[in-house]
Amino acid sequence: MADKTAQKVHREPWLHIAKRSEIPGWQAWLIRLAAILIAFVLVGIISSLLTGEGIGEVYGIMIRGVFGRLFEGQFSAKMMWRFLQSTAILLCLSLAVTPAFKMKFWNCGAEGQALIGGLVAMICMMNLSGLPYWLLLVVIVVTSTLAGAVWGLIPALFKAQYGTNETLFTLMMNYVATQITAYYVYLVGKGSGTINPVDTGNLPVLFGAPYLLNILIVAILTVALFIYLKNSKQGYEITVVGESQNTARYIGINVKKVIIRTMMISGALCGVAGMLLVAGTNHSVNTNTVGGQGFTAIMVSWLGQFNAFIMAGMAALIVFLKSGAAKVADTFFLNSSYADIVSGIVILFLVGCEFFIRYTVKIRRNKKEETV
Amino acid sequence: MSTQAAIELKNICKRFGPVVANNNVCLTANRGEILSILGENGSGKTTLMNMISGIYFPDEGQIFINGEEAVIASPKDAFDYKIGMIHQHFKLVDVFTATENIVLGLDEGKYNLKEAEKKVQEICDLYGFELDPKKKIYTMSVSEKQTVEIVKVLYRGADILILDEPTAVLTPIEIRKLFAVLKKMREDGKVIIIITHKLNEVMEISDRVSVLRKGEYIGTVNTSETSESELTEMMVGKKIDLNIERTQSENVTPRLEVHHINCSNREGLKVLDDVSFVANAGEILGIAGIAGSGQRELLESIAGLQKLDSGAVLYRNPKTGKMDNLATKTPLQIRELGVRLSFVPEDRLGMGLVGNMDIVDNMMLRSYTKGKGLFLERKAPRDLAEHIIDDLEVVTPDANTPVRRLSGGNVQKVLVGREIAASPTVLMAAYPVRGLDINSSYMIYNLLNQQKERGVAVIFVGEDLDVLLALCDRILVIGSGRITGLVDARTATKEEIGLLMTKTEAMAQSDDEGGEQNG
Repeated sequence: MADKTAQKVHREPWLHIAKRSEIPGWQAWLIRLAAILIAFVLVGIISSLLTGEGIGEVYGIMIRGVFGRLFEGQFSAKMMWRFLQSTAILLCLSLAVTPAFKMKFWNCGAEGQALIGGLVAMICMMNLSGLPYWLLLVVIVVTSTLAGAVWGLIPALFKAQYGTNETLFTLMMNYVATQITAYYVYLVGKGSGTINPVDTGNLPVLFGAPYLLNILIVAILTVALFIYLKNSKQGYEITVVGESQNTARYIGINVKKVIIRTMMISGALCGVAGMLLVAGTNHSVNTNTVGGQGFTAIMVSWLGQFNAFIMAGMAALIVFLKSGAAKVADTFFLNSSYADIVSGIVILFLVGCEFFIRYTVKIRRNKKEETV
Repeated sequence: MSTQAAIELKNICKRFGPVVANNNVCLTANRGEILSILGENGSGKTTLMNMISGIYFPDEGQIFINGEEAVIASPKDAFDYKIGMIHQHFKLVDVFTATENIVLGLDEGKYNLKEAEKKVQEICDLYGFELDPKKKIYTMSVSEKQTVEIVKVLYRGADILILDEPTAVLTPIEIRKLFAVLKKMREDGKVIIIITHKLNEVMEISDRVSVLRKGEYIGTVNTSETSESELTEMMVGKKIDLNIERTQSENVTPRLEVHHINCSNREGLKVLDDVSFVANAGEILGIAGIAGSGQRELLESIAGLQKLDSGAVLYRNPKTGKMDNLATKTPLQIRELGVRLSFVPEDRLGMGLVGNMDIVDNMMLRSYTKGKGLFLERKAPRDLAEHIIDDLEVVTPDANTPVRRLSGGNVQKVLVGREIAASPTVLMAAYPVRGLDINSSYMIYNLLNQQKERGVAVIFVGEDLDVLLALCDRILVIGSGRITGLVDARTATKEEIGLLMTKTEAMAQSDDEGGEQNG
């Protein structure tokens, strides 16, 4: 063995990753904040390279794209409302998927659940114009919520009964909803591919602000969902089922019932989002009404760590990035990929910083080998 | 020293983040001796051995093999130094034969299974192993698998063998066989290091004992010059009374009658076969058996978590004397009947508790439906949590700490505390002291005894036969899903129970009630 011991002494590699012991919440938030700041600096540098403008100038354009000339005293109320409205819709969808995610039911069908809700709202608006206005509103709200709930219920039933994979199932339900909508648009639009906005059954406009009602509804839902998940018995059941189905069984929770009930709630909230989009915003429907926000919502829900209020902040951040970047792209004749790059960078940092919250990178201290 | 140490560790340190797993540990082991490494769970025994076998690399310190400093940076280096480790959890390929597993990953130039089989057989004959080299792993018993692991390292020429908790999964008879083989290897001049926390085995098999406590090296003593109580003191750091006080309850009446239950698993195999017994109030009924003989299914059947093929679980209500059949009910229905059945399952964090929830929310698991309205009432659970933390000395920053951050012993205290707080009439506990340190273990035994004295029917599934014999009143032995015996714990012996554990045919049942009642 003499040759062995003469061998160069191996030491641990100079850099290795170790799991952190839990760090206090404020430290974790500090890391997240730092990540966002670094991401914004990076976005600024890249944008300034692409456009030839200074970093400050680029952000100025972004803010102008979202809020109007905020700092030049030409604050645009209209743009502000539109920003809040987009945030509200994205947030509503994010709230919708959250109970399912908390239960570890991967609902990727918010897109379809919202679209079918919107479609049903549109059908009511077009065909029930004879009803009194208040009754029509009630019918629209009830039916579109129900439609979303049914779209969530179907995969839940199969999951609870046969253990089917909910991710694939909910994704496929999206296509079904899209195709049904396409067919309806084809029928009503007489092949033109569009339905002209209708003025029956539109949600009322409060205080002259067209989107205020949407925003208020979502604000109420945000608070309600926060309380539901944290302090209600049903919310508690959702947590237990999500953490461990064995524990749920052990204490006598009916797991199937919880899965079905929670997915109906999830779908119903998506249905509300669809209704807000159709009856409260566009007054028309097409296959692109939800526009992929059902998928963005999944990300918002995770970034917000299933906390309704943090999700509100995340939704606002993403809407700001998307519309701000669009304005920059518009100004400097960049193509639409620019917006994707910008939000991609920020999200990458936000997700990536979780690594630094859970792990720490250790660099080996150089020390002299003791002599024997 | 007259004999040169085969392996010597000097001032070994290993840290994992803030946790110091080993601090300045020194050890020597000589040729032809069996050295026990004794220490409670989490005292750093396995970490230390992993450093010898090349899985971890020490942060500080030196290892000497035959007097020369060795650098063991990988398991392959360890093999080159003729060090072989037999892990607690076997690392074998199920669909391969014993020999295939033994030569797996070995570079001998050419692959000759016949030759290898012959060599395996030679090793077996030399040390007295009973092993069929052509047998497939998945058809083997736990003890045979362990034999394969040992032969595997011998085949590779190891003369320093490290065994991590080798007896944890064996029956008393298998343990005796293993010890006989180890003694033969000792005579052959091998160095054998056994990691264990069972004192009686240490006394029986080893020449010297090295004790670790919380990562610190405490000392080494000659087995012939020490006693179990001295070793415990070294291990725990203070004197503790190792006796379990067993009282004889008056008023022992039947509380739970299990009648001919049958149960199959998902593959359709029978896991419980015509099981009948009676659990009495004011008595601890022990259940002994090789791991996986149907203990879990039995307790789950009583708790309403298993679908039974046939049979009945009759509960005698102590107030009304009415009998209820629990076999057809769900846990919720059982609770609604007013049956206060508490269950400490084997899988603490996967079934009894939710790791990511804090202590308060875990307290609510049993009671969250209480109270009117849609919302949770956290006041009572919070009081209960504080109460349990105080009473059972749970080490935690506060009641809002997720239970997964607590140590094993404290997790179990939270779980047992909650189950006892429901003032049960039947208390079932599956392996409640597994992985716990001695202090916590004795606290759990005391709690079970208190419950028995309160007139609760306690069912205790255990693996340590010494504990079962000291704690229980009667012991039911289960083998392959069948009841193979029922003995009086005050008169039975370990050997007797060991034999019953491996018996294949069911106990001849004299009466339909499933055995005599201890009065």
